[in-house]
Amino acid sequence: MIHLVKRPQPSRGWSYATPLLAVLMTMVAGGAMFAALGKNPVEVIRTIFWDPLFGEFAFYFRGQLLVKAAPLILIAVGLSLGFRAGIWNIGAEGQYILGAICGAAVGLAFYPTESVFIFPLMAIAGALGGWAWAMIPAILKTKFNTNEILVSLLLVYVAEQLLAKMALGALRNPDGAGFPGSRNLSQYPSAANQELIAGTGMHWGVVAAFIAVIFAYVLFARHMWGFQIRLTGESPRAARFGGVNPKRLVIFCLGVSGALAGLAGMFEVAGPAGQISIDFNSGYGFTAIIVAFLGRLHPVGILLAGLLMALTYIGGEAAASNLGLPSSAIQAFQGMLLFFLLAVDVLTNFQVRFGKGEVA
Amino acid sequence: MTPLLTLKGLTKAYPGVIANSDVSFDIDEGEVHALLGENGAGKSTLVKMIYGLVKPDSGAMTFRGAGYEPATPHAARSSGVAMVFQHFSLFNALDVAENIALGMENPPKQRALAARITEVSEAYGLPLDPSRLVGDLSAGERQRVEIIRCLLQDPKLLIMDEPTSVLTPQEVEILFKTLRQLSAEGTAILYISHKLEEIRSLCDGATILRLGKVVGTCDPKATSARDMAEMMVGQTLHIPSRDATQPGDVAIKVDDLTLASGSAFGTSLKNVSFEVRKGEVFGIGGVAGNGQDELLAALSGEALAPTASVQLKGASIGHLGPNERRGEGLLAAPEERLGHAAAPDMSLTENAMLTGHVREGLANRGFLNWGAARVFAEKIIKDFDVRTPGPGNAARALSGGNLQKFVIGREILQRPDVLVVNQPTWGVDASAAADIRQALLDLAANGAAVICISQDLDELMEISDRFAALNEGRLSPPRPAAGLTVDEIGLMMGGAHDMEAAHV
Repeated sequence: MIHLVKRPQPSRGWSYATPLLAVLMTMVAGGAMFAALGKNPVEVIRTIFWDPLFGEFAFYFRGQLLVKAAPLILIAVGLSLGFRAGIWNIGAEGQYILGAICGAAVGLAFYPTESVFIFPLMAIAGALGGWAWAMIPAILKTKFNTNEILVSLLLVYVAEQLLAKMALGALRNPDGAGFPGSRNLSQYPSAANQELIAGTGMHWGVVAAFIAVIFAYVLFARHMWGFQIRLTGESPRAARFGGVNPKRLVIFCLGVSGALAGLAGMFEVAGPAGQISIDFNSGYGFTAIIVAFLGRLHPVGILLAGLLMALTYIGGEAAASNLGLPSSAIQAFQGMLLFFLLAVDVLTNFQVRFGKGEVA
Repeated sequence: MTPLLTLKGLTKAYPGVIANSDVSFDIDEGEVHALLGENGAGKSTLVKMIYGLVKPDSGAMTFRGAGYEPATPHAARSSGVAMVFQHFSLFNALDVAENIALGMENPPKQRALAARITEVSEAYGLPLDPSRLVGDLSAGERQRVEIIRCLLQDPKLLIMDEPTSVLTPQEVEILFKTLRQLSAEGTAILYISHKLEEIRSLCDGATILRLGKVVGTCDPKATSARDMAEMMVGQTLHIPSRDATQPGDVAIKVDDLTLASGSAFGTSLKNVSFEVRKGEVFGIGGVAGNGQDELLAALSGEALAPTASVQLKGASIGHLGPNERRGEGLLAAPEERLGHAAAPDMSLTENAMLTGHVREGLANRGFLNWGAARVFAEKIIKDFDVRTPGPGNAARALSGGNLQKFVIGREILQRPDVLVVNQPTWGVDASAAADIRQALLDLAANGAAVICISQDLDELMEISDRFAALNEGRLSPPRPAAGLTVDEIGLMMGGAHDMEAAHV
């Protein structure tokens, strides 16, 4: 028999070790899955985790790493604020889309004027777009006590419809021969999110992600708001006693996470993606939820988890194209990571004892 | 005469703690036997072994001369052992007879059962209408349902775990009459409590447990409460005291406060009015669930009230939140230590920050000074003798008494003008309780107004200058505490809540 005995306090060592353990278990279980699909598991795991960093074409993949990691980190840092307080924004994907639409719309409105103010204005518009989309669940929750999980999630599908409408209608490229999709912003210098250092993948979104990590770190470690967020997550009643206004906290957490997701969408549309298209969104908003938990809702953890997750994306794509793995197998592999992380989480708060026990 | 129940060398260990070690004593037929000890002394584990809920590691029991090893509560009940738990296991949506039938092995038809209930309840002076819904009954009446459920099994031994904690003094008197009658008819009663005066008036013998061991037995009728208390804690008790002071100006005034409860099962406050002067301790008694939590929330600022209904030093503050009230000098310590007064998984430093940041200057424009918070936490630990390895420890790693000292100390060290405490010594061992009461008295002697909400009447009588009681959200008119009789206090608490002893 196996027993779980609650620890007097959460184990610090295990809280650092569990993400690594989860990655290892994912490699083992994922390897078994790849073997069942008739592939050499060692080769697949090497293709996903090793080749992008140290393989033959690493010079290309390394640049991709930051490009993929930046939106994940930016969104996940925002989500972690709410998650720490027990406020569950599941709809970052929708806020990401709205940020992209608003950012692109501002940029396209100025086309073809050239000015240094256009890109900053687009960033502000993107953040505001994501913020406004997140305010819908926030206001419904504070006014009518609706469930923010459902409202924010369902708004993702509304946002997708809006995106399709924009790609086909208002934002369609007038010179595009009727094809859906907007003008390519990356070819419009004032609106383009350029690579800052050639070959590194470093663009303004990456800078914003690093700033967000530092901002969140200081917030949690040294600021009253971060303390109130943690307090609310630990014990809502104690937080109330400590003077936290729960409604204001909902508005703040959803607002920040929406704004950061919107920024991420705007940087994506102005850079790597280049244009508003029907299938512009690629699931960053949902993957960021995994990143946030994999990083222990800690800013530095999220930074590392974002890079790791970006690696599985890039490596997974390479595995899919080079080794002929179905892309759903790669998604299952990424899902396993969250699954094992949540499963081994129990070790942080409980000790495992073997042997016969009794019900006390 | 052979004893009814003999315990010999009962030992029970859990990982990391020995709950009972070599416990032996006898209970005679018809004896009312007290089991006395502080929280954590091992009383609950011991009665769980007698009632078949826990199996002893070693030792033996004999019941009416034969070996007795109940494997389940069912086996214990069929041997003639019944138990009334401190927390009731009743369904609010069912009536009395249905609830009782649920706890029986072979329930008779409802009509026959109802007749039996009426018969037994009248015979023992516990009137109870079998057709009433349990949800409509008072705490005292619910306890009657549990007692009658036991009596229907005709037990030879009735175990009662802290039965008076939910009763007014009048209700306690009715209960004791019943228990004495049972005892006269030959039913033995094992009575678990830490209320010494009750044990002195009711029990024939007492066994005192400390840290899982029997540390003494006594005849409670011939032993003073103080001697029993000292056996219980194993040290000389310090009785809190203070010099008489002249109350000063009005520090806090509550004026016709009416407030709906925030929770669906709470009690709304109705027209509560009182004032407390500087240097005064105001005691608020009452049975649990009569508006204590709501009153604390209305004073701490967790629940906002019409602005003029709470006045601090003449200024209306009903609309202010907790931190603004802290800034004005009104501090509070709620009843629930873990999860309300303190966040369980956070360190003591973080919990010091929780309420201390306003008055101790632990934050500057929103930026937190953790070094200062740590110094503050260390000062609380030192000044209030909190036993813990250090301020980095999580609040939930502390024992109840130590965490309570930390919580009360945290507020007192912030030099409040008015301090509101709810159940300041609940679940705290006797010596820590005495320290906490002394600290409250010292605070008042230095000119603060103290409002102490408690269900422990002995505590309130010991420290209060004036006393009032909450009953269904209403506060009785305050009266000077000196000279109040138990009867008068009981009436202020709502008397017997319409529960009269049946005339047999």
